[in-house]
Amino acid sequence: MADKKQLDGLIGPEESTRILGALQRGANRRDVLAMLAAGGMQATLAGGIAGIASSAQAQTPTPRKGGRIKVAGAVSSVSDTLDPAKQANQADYARGFTFYNGLTWLDSSLAPQPSLAEEFTTKDAKTWVFKLRKGVTFHDGKPLAPADVVFSLMRHKNPATGSKAKVLADQIEDVAATGPNEVTVRLVAPNADLPAILATYHFHIVKDGTTDFNAGIGTGPYKVKEFKPGVRSIGVRNENYWKPGRPYLDEIEYVGIADESARVNALLAGELDLIGTVNPRSIDRINGSGKAAIFETKGVSYTDLIMRRDSGPGANPDFVMAMKLLFNREQMLKSIQLGRGVVANDQPIAPGNRFFAKGLPQRPYDPEKAKWHLKKANLGSAAIPMVASPAATSSVEMALVLQHAARGAGLNLDVRNMPADGFWSQHWMKHPVGFGNVNTRPTADLALTLFFKSDAPWNEAGWKSEKFDQLLVGARAETDTAKRAQMYADMQTLVNQDGGIGIPMFLSSLDGHNKKLKGLQTNPLGGMMGYGFAEHVWLEA
Amino acid sequence: MNLTILKLVAGRIVSGLASLLAVSVVVFAITAVLPGDAAEEKLGQDATPEAVAALRKEMGLDRSAVLRYFDWLGGMARGDAGKSVVTGMPVGDAVASRLPASLLLAAVTTAFSVPLALGLGILCALRRGSAFDRFTSMATVAVVSVPEFLVATLAVLVFAVQLKWLPALSYDVNISSPGEMLRSFALPVLSLGSVIVAQMLRMTRAAVIDQLAAAYIEMVRLKGASAARTVLFHALPNAIGPIANAVALSLSYLLGGVIIIEVIFNYPGIAKLMVDAVSQRDMPLVQACAMIFCAAYLILVMLADVCGIVANPRLRHQ
Repeated sequence: MADKKQLDGLIGPEESTRILGALQRGANRRDVLAMLAAGGMQATLAGGIAGIASSAQAQTPTPRKGGRIKVAGAVSSVSDTLDPAKQANQADYARGFTFYNGLTWLDSSLAPQPSLAEEFTTKDAKTWVFKLRKGVTFHDGKPLAPADVVFSLMRHKNPATGSKAKVLADQIEDVAATGPNEVTVRLVAPNADLPAILATYHFHIVKDGTTDFNAGIGTGPYKVKEFKPGVRSIGVRNENYWKPGRPYLDEIEYVGIADESARVNALLAGELDLIGTVNPRSIDRINGSGKAAIFETKGVSYTDLIMRRDSGPGANPDFVMAMKLLFNREQMLKSIQLGRGVVANDQPIAPGNRFFAKGLPQRPYDPEKAKWHLKKANLGSAAIPMVASPAATSSVEMALVLQHAARGAGLNLDVRNMPADGFWSQHWMKHPVGFGNVNTRPTADLALTLFFKSDAPWNEAGWKSEKFDQLLVGARAETDTAKRAQMYADMQTLVNQDGGIGIPMFLSSLDGHNKKLKGLQTNPLGGMMGYGFAEHVWLEA
Repeated sequence: MNLTILKLVAGRIVSGLASLLAVSVVVFAITAVLPGDAAEEKLGQDATPEAVAALRKEMGLDRSAVLRYFDWLGGMARGDAGKSVVTGMPVGDAVASRLPASLLLAAVTTAFSVPLALGLGILCALRRGSAFDRFTSMATVAVVSVPEFLVATLAVLVFAVQLKWLPALSYDVNISSPGEMLRSFALPVLSLGSVIVAQMLRMTRAAVIDQLAAAYIEMVRLKGASAARTVLFHALPNAIGPIANAVALSLSYLLGGVIIIEVIFNYPGIAKLMVDAVSQRDMPLVQACAMIFCAAYLILVMLADVCGIVANPRLRHQ
């Protein structure tokens, strides 16, 4: 622990967590040196840090092999599937990471790391060469071959597959086997984020020609023993897994339990070892039990105030600015999320992301300045309707806090609470002022493209900016990470200043776990390590 | 006697089919006016107009609602419940995977609660006005007025979380070992039982008391029959009609009305299947579940009437 503190002091807590995480996942001293050098650190200093990090790692207990755990998420239904292309909810994603691998995987800062692909290279961000790892076999014994990768990626482009990732796959021109252990992906247009996109669950690698996915034949850490959609799945250890020493557990059972208190009760009764989506109000009960603990993942989603820039009061930039200034972000975080989250700055990239714009000043709560903007906007005295719903996490509570603050500034907001059922199809983005909720996307490019590009179907606020669109397309083709970071910072500034979205805070995902369950690390893609806990967790004796 | 029952059964089957038809129209209409359809619900936040249109076509939702209803009706007439629009799986398979579990839970609950309710109800009627009767009445009123989710949650907190005697979840029932099965069923059965026992008990007590006040019972007593004989052989046969109806109502509830219990104990029953189907706007599945609940209700009520007739000589010979 002392070493961890020393490390925090040298390189900051985020970076030290990242490095210790890498070590836990099996990186060696040389890998750490490479990581630090990639960050631009001098060799001598890097050497010292790698040494401290390694010794900090030595103090953490070595994972134990064996044991079985039961895991419960919040969602599960008869439409559960093991077909990576069709996976649509937490249960599917968790099972995806249990039974399959991708070519790459995303670490805690959402940087792509090698997985089934040992190495990935490109010169122009348009043609990508993936070198496949040797000696990897599927659960039925068949060795991994380039044909499997070609099949797994190309099937998303076929409309008949019904892939959830078709839009992403459409940027792939073609995939070809270019050697006994090599696959080349050609894109329609350059995209430096391809390795990150291929790390997501939809692009998990299946066997060439698979049509029935219920057997879950992948290369992943566990093999399917039982899979009953809407009831449960059981995975048993894959003895031939390609990562030495992994996985740790003998068996993982996964169920979906919709009722939060039922999940918490079963955890406290010792029947479950890991549960997802815990309400902040259950934290004290879980921590007070002595046997279970809370695991927080920051920045997994944001609930945003949408002010349509093409109609209604949001067409007036002063109204938009005033609303952004009326967010009492600290108070919202404390009273609504009980402190579980991070204050946000009206742009969608969370602080944990490698492209987060550190230099962008935080917008304060400033009712006086808001009043000035409102006066300038001169919207009259009629109440402005604002649509919230339990479907958009915590939006009803946020709307009420905002309504209170607005009243102080002389603005009358009329909060309309819509039922969760049918909210996304009937109300989301359809009102001049309303709330939405967006999950963290695997890349900064996706987060910005999907929700802010002028012609995006989910451009929530109907915001149009030519400058933003140019930067967005430019950043995709930029292979120099430092230059890209600057472009993303510029885009975040544009959204923060001019966009029609107010984001008061990034929400956390809370998991509850048996204290004997070790090895959990955070990943901003979601709770339970971005659903990828299966090969990382182990049970203390 | 056979003729009376046959007539009743035949009449009930005809009116039952009419009821099922009416219910199917109502369920279809209500599901159709819910906001959003299966395509929009499935896509959720990802619902772009193109995606919705494509999915609607794939699910067959691009045709008019009336047409879809008659398609479904035609299928039912041929004994084909259709395919789930969400999963594409035959509805029959989806129901078959859940119905046995629901029936099992209902059967176990019945096996415990019916004898208990009838026994206690008769005892209360016999000792009417005694401390036992008053205590039981009070207890049943108390239990019936507490919502079942509270009973279930409290039972979980006490027996599973605090005492750790019983499991908090019941999704994984091991039927091959009766002891294990009873353990996993204990809490759901306790919660369900506390609601239906109270209703059946009060009905039994009232019906038996009603009969005990009749003149023929005085005659039986004058003949010198024992209390047990008076109740079991003379009063009870006359009271069976209303009791059987109360039991039928309680049991029909055990099939479709146990959604809360299924949610709290994560029990894979058919009520949860229907709620999932409604939230996904999966029309064929909703219809199939509604038909099953409706048919079960009609059959149980019919059986109750038959029971009443068979047990009561006066009705038998009308």
